Amino acid sequence: MPRVGVLALQGDVREHVRALTALGVEAGPVKSHEQIESIDGLVVPGGESTTIGRLAERFGLIDPLRRRIQEGMAVFGTCAGMIFLAAGVTEGTQPQLGVLDIVVRRNAFGRQNDSFEADIPIRGLDEPFHAVFIRAPWVEKTGSGVEVLASVDEHPVMVRQGHIYAASFHPELTDDDRVHRMFLDRVATDS
Amino acid sequence: MERGTQLVKRGLAEMLKGGVIMDVVNAEQARIAEEAGAVAVMALERVPADIRRHGGVARMADPAKIQEIQSAVSIPVMAKARIGHFLEARVLEALEVDFIDESEVLTPADEEYHIDKWQFTTPFVCGARNLGEALRRIAEGAAMIRTKGEAGTGNVVEAVRHMRTMNREIAAVTQLSDEQLVSAARDLGAPVELVRIVRDEGRLPVVNFAAGGVATPADAALMMALGCDGVFVGSGIFKSSDPEGYARAIVEAVTYWEDAAKVAKVSTGLGEAMAGIELEQLSEAERLATRGW
Repeated sequence: MPRVGVLALQGDVREHVRALTALGVEAGPVKSHEQIESIDGLVVPGGESTTIGRLAERFGLIDPLRRRIQEGMAVFGTCAGMIFLAAGVTEGTQPQLGVLDIVVRRNAFGRQNDSFEADIPIRGLDEPFHAVFIRAPWVEKTGSGVEVLASVDEHPVMVRQGHIYAASFHPELTDDDRVHRMFLDRVATDS
Repeated sequence: MERGTQLVKRGLAEMLKGGVIMDVVNAEQARIAEEAGAVAVMALERVPADIRRHGGVARMADPAKIQEIQSAVSIPVMAKARIGHFLEARVLEALEVDFIDESEVLTPADEEYHIDKWQFTTPFVCGARNLGEALRRIAEGAAMIRTKGEAGTGNVVEAVRHMRTMNREIAAVTQLSDEQLVSAARDLGAPVELVRIVRDEGRLPVVNFAAGGVATPADAALMMALGCDGVFVGSGIFKSSDPEGYARAIVEAVTYWEDAAKVAKVSTGLGEAMAGIELEQLSEAERLATRGW
């Protein structure tokens, strides 16, 4: 059975662990170097990307995470997780892994009053997906190897680059498990 | 496309879990908080320790102050409204703060009613001392709960008392049969449907943070060990001798609370914590936690 870790520096770790466990994989929080070496796939949860990035930097987790992902470990980032995986942000600088060739606009839809729920089509899924966007980012620029899987008002909100998946919404907050399943199919193929 | 739904409101609180929310009174402090790794800041005119010292009526902050802080950081900005003062809350909503704290730290505006929080797009966090109070606030639309503790004292004892009370009452509710639920709801002073959810889930239906008296990394780790989802730090950071150091260390202690060696490391050489107040030195009238019901 593949082991999937949820990066547990900060954020909605519990919701991802629950979604993954319900799909029959061994899932749990990871926050140490040793734990990062022992997993087959990784989820970077929603939270505050500046907090997650700074903690990863201070506790020496940036290099091991980057190395494992570059060596092919499947990874899925939601919201803050998308920002953490990305190569850059449109404004300022913050610690990022830079493994996903996109530039992200943070809080792109606005502040909390503009947070929303909507049914969006996702490439690879037959029916629309009910997506929850919370102070969500969108993808401002994509590199050549990046496939756009979903957009809102022509702004990409879900992308894939080989074994790296990222969404600016929160599939872990609803009962629909199709996006997590898409990611786990990739984990299973690789392991 | 729907805005201001329960999912979107409670969802933001879920994203703050495992994080530290820091009281700040200007842009410079907000930047220090963000740089240290705070998940959000609470924009205030004065931190609670100064509200105690200053006396008089404590009100919502000046909108200019809130806007100054909003333009300084990219993380969520919260602000406090007085208990029952739905017009202050409307002003905060118009200013597009990310969360409104209907707070006992400010002077209550209504001694009978709390704000009807269902009417707002902006989510609310409210203080509670026990399960019944938490469920009443959730029934009014709160999307997040925090212990009241005793703000501005640098003394964690009341936050511990409130969290332990909550845990004990939740544990008791999980043992109830269907026929006992209505009586339990009557005793708690809370809607039976919410009591049923707590019975089935074994936890509150919204995120629950610690607040009111957290002053050190070990205090923050203690509250996480008692089952809080995250921590508010008010006066503890900017009333210490080294705000940058305390802010960073408390953030790190909340993430690694299970690892005492790491908490020891981050606590080392921080200098003076804020001066504290023993609860016995406070008269009933000086206690903030008894505001609200």
